[in-house]
Amino acid sequence: MAKRRKMSRRDAMAEVARAAGVVCLGGFSLAALVKTTSSADARAIRPPGAMPEQDFLKACVRCGLCVEACPYGTLSLARWGDEAELGTPFFTPRSIPCYMCRDVPCARACPTGALDRDIPSIRDANMGVAVLVGHETCLNYKGINCGICVRVCPIRGKAISLEPQEINGRQVQIPVVHSSECTGCGTCEKQCVLGHAAIRVLPRDLGLGGPGRNRAGRPT
Amino acid sequence: MMNWWVSNSRREAVASRGFFAAHKWWMLRRATQILVMTTFMLGPMAGIWIVKGNFASSELLGVLDLADPYMQLQGLVAGWPLAAPALIGAGIITLFYLIIGGRAYCSWVCPVNAVTDTAHWLREKLGLTRDRKLDKRTRYLLLVGTLLAAFITGTLAWELVNPVSIMQRGLIFGVGLGWGIVLLVFLLDLLVSRRAWCSHLCPVGAFYGLIGRFSFVRISARNREDCNSCGACLTTCPEPHVIVPALKGDGSTLVLSGDCINCGGCIDSCPNKVFSMATRLRP
Repeated sequence: MAKRRKMSRRDAMAEVARAAGVVCLGGFSLAALVKTTSSADARAIRPPGAMPEQDFLKACVRCGLCVEACPYGTLSLARWGDEAELGTPFFTPRSIPCYMCRDVPCARACPTGALDRDIPSIRDANMGVAVLVGHETCLNYKGINCGICVRVCPIRGKAISLEPQEINGRQVQIPVVHSSECTGCGTCEKQCVLGHAAIRVLPRDLGLGGPGRNRAGRPT
Repeated sequence: MMNWWVSNSRREAVASRGFFAAHKWWMLRRATQILVMTTFMLGPMAGIWIVKGNFASSELLGVLDLADPYMQLQGLVAGWPLAAPALIGAGIITLFYLIIGGRAYCSWVCPVNAVTDTAHWLREKLGLTRDRKLDKRTRYLLLVGTLLAAFITGTLAWELVNPVSIMQRGLIFGVGLGWGIVLLVFLLDLLVSRRAWCSHLCPVGAFYGLIGRFSFVRISARNREDCNSCGACLTTCPEPHVIVPALKGDGSTLVLSGDCINCGGCIDSCPNKVFSMATRLRP
């Protein structure tokens, strides 16, 4: 049916090489672009039930069904220049935290499994972990009995509690996060009375230390 | 009285068959594009939830799952197993385009089509003739390139820059500066090369073109003996090479190339009613 083009072997090989060149140029430059932008993703707080970041980026099709399922307008799809990869869902707890719906409608809405549709309870969510980063600014460290973060926490008394400590000979009540209970909903960050929150939700690998021994400086 | 904004390729048809007959499929297409886009936008903007999500994956009336098969393919190559409901949704969409024509997605749904059509129209009205020739097969290479990138990075790499998904997501959810990339496509089509994006480069269109090879609804040059070789169809058509075998060949009158976008531009622009919408069963 189709007319066969007459082509010398030399031309055919040149053409194949050219095609392979375009594929590789396109593919590798796109890959390079992804690699340069992916460092920003480390800071993005994902919706509840999200797979680990690496898997999340394979699975998420940027459809926004989770965004539209959220009754509080917490989630949004990343725009150009946001901290998450373009088009993927994330939230900024300081603006609108996750209100921890019992039925987790966002995760249930996910069509690909980027969010775990079968997450048993919102308490199992691992959006991040709250970390008290502002030790010099937190009012409780200054001896004022603020404790707003403890009082607003939806996992009352479990995820964050006030622990008595003595600093410079003074008795103070220090907010301590219990990472096994904290879901990273960000209510504490949202409500922190300071102009720049002293307690913040960070992705777990940024916010927590881990067991084991640092190999630095030792022969491996 | 000929309106100045009617494109040159449709003038003869307007003269012989009237404005509406010469723009029938064009108007149906634009109406469909606007209808689809508005249906998606009604949810987030007016709280009327006929459909949720966007073209990548959506839920119609709370029951029917739909998903973009190309997006699913990228995910698969990146290393994520296909799963319901997105897999079922991608199946439904594939089946749908197997019936109505693969690249009917391009001409009847994709919002970028309206952008590039406008660029093409403006080229003509401004008399811009600069045309850096591109190979139409480039898009298939780019399609392979996007899958390669997905494989290397383990992410949907193409979605970082894909103007097609960026534009529809921008209309539904907003993308901020992402609009820049849509503007780039417009300028490329306007200033650099005729119909550069949709007919030469877009891997999304290339993917749907692969489905389109097998699809059921097709354009037919049914009355090709009436052709007076005015060339109106070839000037209108974004993929003119698909018309020639059907119009001037001895074989089937059906336009059988997967590149055909089933836009009906040839039907509109022909002064002699050579073309019509047809199916494989009734050419």
